[in-house]
Amino acid sequence: TRDGLCNTDDIERSKTEGKELTKEEKQRLRKEKKQQKKNKEKNDEKTSHEGEKKKNKKKKEEQPAGSASQPPAQPSPKAVPAPAPPPPAAAAVPVPASEAPAPADKPAKSKADLKAERRARQEAERASKGKKGDVGQPAPTGKLKAPPSELQPVVKRLPEHVQVDNPEVVKKLAKKLERQQIPLRSDYGYKVSLFSHLHQYSRKAPLTQQLGIPSTVIHPAIVRLGLQYSQGIVAGSNARSVALLHAFQQVIRDYTTPPNEELSRDLVNKLKPYISFLNQCRPLSASMGNAIKYIKKEISNIPSQCKEEEAKIKLLNCIERYINEKIVLAAKAIAKYSIEKISDGDVILVYGCSSLVNHILCEAFEKKRKFRVIVVDSRPRLEGREALRRLVQKGISCTYVLISAVSYILPEVSKVFLGAHALLANGYVMSRVGTSQIALVAKAFNVPVLVCCETYKFCERVQTDSFVSNELDDPDDLIVTRKGKTQLEHWQKVPSLGLLNLVYDVTPPDFVDLVITDLGMIPCTSVPVVLRVKNVDQ
Amino acid sequence: MELQAVLMAAGGGSRMPDLTYNTPKPMLPVGNKPLMWHPLNLLERVGFEEVIVITTKEVQKMMSTDPKMKDVKMKLDVVCIQEDGDMGTADALRHIQQKIKTDVLVVSCDLITDVALHEVVDLFRAHNATLAMLMSKAHDFTETVPGQKGKKKTGEQRDFVGVDQSGKRLLFMANEADLEDGLSIRKSIMRKHPRMHIKTGLVDAHLYCLKKAVVDFLADNKSISSIRGELLPYLVRKQFSKTTNCPKSKDDADDQTQKTADGSTNSTELLICSRDEPLLQLAQERSCWNDHRGDMSEAYHGGKLRCYVHIMDQGLCYRVNTLAAYIEANRLASKLLEEPAVHPSAVISERCQMGPDSIIGAQCQVADKTSIKRSTIGNSTTVKEKVKVTNSIIMHGVTIEEGCNIHGCVICSNAVIGRGADLKYCLVGNGQQIEAEGKHRLVSRF
Repeated sequence: TRDGLCNTDDIERSKTEGKELTKEEKQRLRKEKKQQKKNKEKNDEKTSHEGEKKKNKKKKEEQPAGSASQPPAQPSPKAVPAPAPPPPAAAAVPVPASEAPAPADKPAKSKADLKAERRARQEAERASKGKKGDVGQPAPTGKLKAPPSELQPVVKRLPEHVQVDNPEVVKKLAKKLERQQIPLRSDYGYKVSLFSHLHQYSRKAPLTQQLGIPSTVIHPAIVRLGLQYSQGIVAGSNARSVALLHAFQQVIRDYTTPPNEELSRDLVNKLKPYISFLNQCRPLSASMGNAIKYIKKEISNIPSQCKEEEAKIKLLNCIERYINEKIVLAAKAIAKYSIEKISDGDVILVYGCSSLVNHILCEAFEKKRKFRVIVVDSRPRLEGREALRRLVQKGISCTYVLISAVSYILPEVSKVFLGAHALLANGYVMSRVGTSQIALVAKAFNVPVLVCCETYKFCERVQTDSFVSNELDDPDDLIVTRKGKTQLEHWQKVPSLGLLNLVYDVTPPDFVDLVITDLGMIPCTSVPVVLRVKNVDQ
Repeated sequence: MELQAVLMAAGGGSRMPDLTYNTPKPMLPVGNKPLMWHPLNLLERVGFEEVIVITTKEVQKMMSTDPKMKDVKMKLDVVCIQEDGDMGTADALRHIQQKIKTDVLVVSCDLITDVALHEVVDLFRAHNATLAMLMSKAHDFTETVPGQKGKKKTGEQRDFVGVDQSGKRLLFMANEADLEDGLSIRKSIMRKHPRMHIKTGLVDAHLYCLKKAVVDFLADNKSISSIRGELLPYLVRKQFSKTTNCPKSKDDADDQTQKTADGSTNSTELLICSRDEPLLQLAQERSCWNDHRGDMSEAYHGGKLRCYVHIMDQGLCYRVNTLAAYIEANRLASKLLEEPAVHPSAVISERCQMGPDSIIGAQCQVADKTSIKRSTIGNSTTVKEKVKVTNSIIMHGVTIEEGCNIHGCVICSNAVIGRGADLKYCLVGNGQQIEAEGKHRLVSRF
């Protein structure tokens, strides 16, 4: 039936070769199809093609791809709206149901009947399309991402937080924040030119200065969280995600659905300004981004006939489960795998304070492995002191050095355990600044580097250098006072001086020997596989 | 809702009996606005929409008639208590316990300040504190206080405040009166915070952020009657007490003994210790932050009860509870207010010399050849010719006849100063009359 309609060479080629059509070819296809459709409508209004026309129209509306995936795609647009909320699905269901028998019944019915049937079907479809357009659309576009996205002009939208030197983007952000009634945090101090595309905030100018007390627009738990992020009280990718989900739990508990609104849609809209606020306090981490995506998905999947109390309890349980599975149990699994890699007599080097690596070492110590640890630390955060405290408290014998001494101490080291902030899709490890240096030196000394990372920190971004996307911390943190003298006190007045306080850097996969995740021990290059498997699961 | 504001306006003004003889303290004019208008203005500016005002019936009546109070756009929920009931501030909080649904911000009616309130509230929020308060470096009042002969010894006893190295965590608070034979600090505090800064020259602004659990605790512990005098030192001490830091299982055993010792039930003490939910605990464990370093303890030393203080070193912060403070506040009121110093309805003749930091109230009449410098003149006051007013506070409805010379005085409402009187550092009560040609120095007249 398809061949009868579309007989352009392109379609034939693509069908036989299975190649993706180029943009122009697809546009051409679309135009031709429209023409054919117009002709057909004029000519064979009363023939039995209304079934196919219906399918055409439906596909045109839902999936502007005139691509070769049409025949196999035909069932999928109908299948895809199924997970969407029942009312649209309920309306959508009769439409495909009616379409399926239509071709079979075509010759039996009279032309008038067919016309009436067609009109009824069009009405139903229009009604369902209205609802589907809102809710069902994200679902199909999410799953069938590849074909539709290639039709639109390929504009890779850069995230806002790496376009700070583009005044238009900044203006758009300001407008968006104004709409959400969130104050805009202004940048502070001179930015080094290579990083002028990133935000740089001062800790002494918190966002709460511009908020009213008591905060009414933003839930108090979120204000507290934002403050804790910007002051560094909650730091570390796991801690931030857990704190975020805890705050969302409180938001959900205090939430009441306004009349004439659905919880599944309204709650997601409520969360958007909170997320903007948190982003202004401190740029979101990859783990937080994944947690937010999960929560939004769970909320939109709440069936609309679910009562509010039930829905809330369901969501709270989802959050608990997520944390339990992705953080707590994952840590246990990773510890189990890592302990296999720690042998007696090992000298393990760790950098900074990674909650996961600390957990692993404590577990290994409890399992009576004999090893000692070298903690490497760096300014200005000096997080290694906290790691040192936790390890020594357990009874592990530790050495503490600054990163400047790492090449001196490496000959003693047998393994390097590093934590990660995120694992990028091309196998690069994004972690605290200094990690790539440690990995490089370790490689030079042929010391194995093991990165420990839970799978929920895997993100689909791709980065090969630390400049493109990073975070700039408060430059005043670099200022140190010794013996009452602060040399850098007036650094802003010196025109040629800039203070740069980077937070993250990326380590290429060549320096990483093994990534230990809750799914097992994988090489760095297998990260895209894990991501793909994760997406299929979802 | 995040915070509920409570304004304590039932205090007597026991330290300035001369002024509060006729007018209750919350309604004393400062910069031609009632004293309680200033903290209300601060709350309104910051974004509060409702305030619970605890006051007496007398003040409530005056509030309803005062035009300046009508400027306050917030919803004021006035709760009246007995004047002579000897109710302390904590008793007042207990009285309104039913209205308190969330954390409270308690403000005293005599606080005049331009503090950025978010500094105090941010400490309360970020550290999930039980108490956050505001203090300020004290300023010496240099002006001579009218009506007092000679330098009066400040009978007030010093407050000792101990803070940690960051200057934010409150470790120790005691008043000289409570310390019998010296200041003793527990070893547990020294072990946790080896470096403590003890300050004495601080003014407590009586602005407190308290957790809701504290209000519930007050409801059960009726023996605490004053926030500043009893509740605060108790909370500060409780930060380091063994019961709050020991795990709960041990406390069950100690329950019996504690009950008899304290006279108050142990379970209510545990109420104050914030119920840190397990997720919060998990987040804190995983976070690589600590508020101190050098010892093996986790952040906050595992303590659930935390008290914080924000010490202002710049900006205005006055508690108008003495005559000297009242005068100083009036002098600075013009800086605080955004309104023009001279009320538009005042009639001021052209030949009047007026200094820039004087405030003239509504419907005043100031005649020729007068000189008004660094003074506040209330509403409906008449100042006749050739009068010289400097460094003084003239309240409402006063009549000053010709040729008077008033320097450094406080003249209360409806007084009449006779012709040619010469007053220096005098305090004239409500409705009093100073005879013509009278010459007075450092006198209080009632």
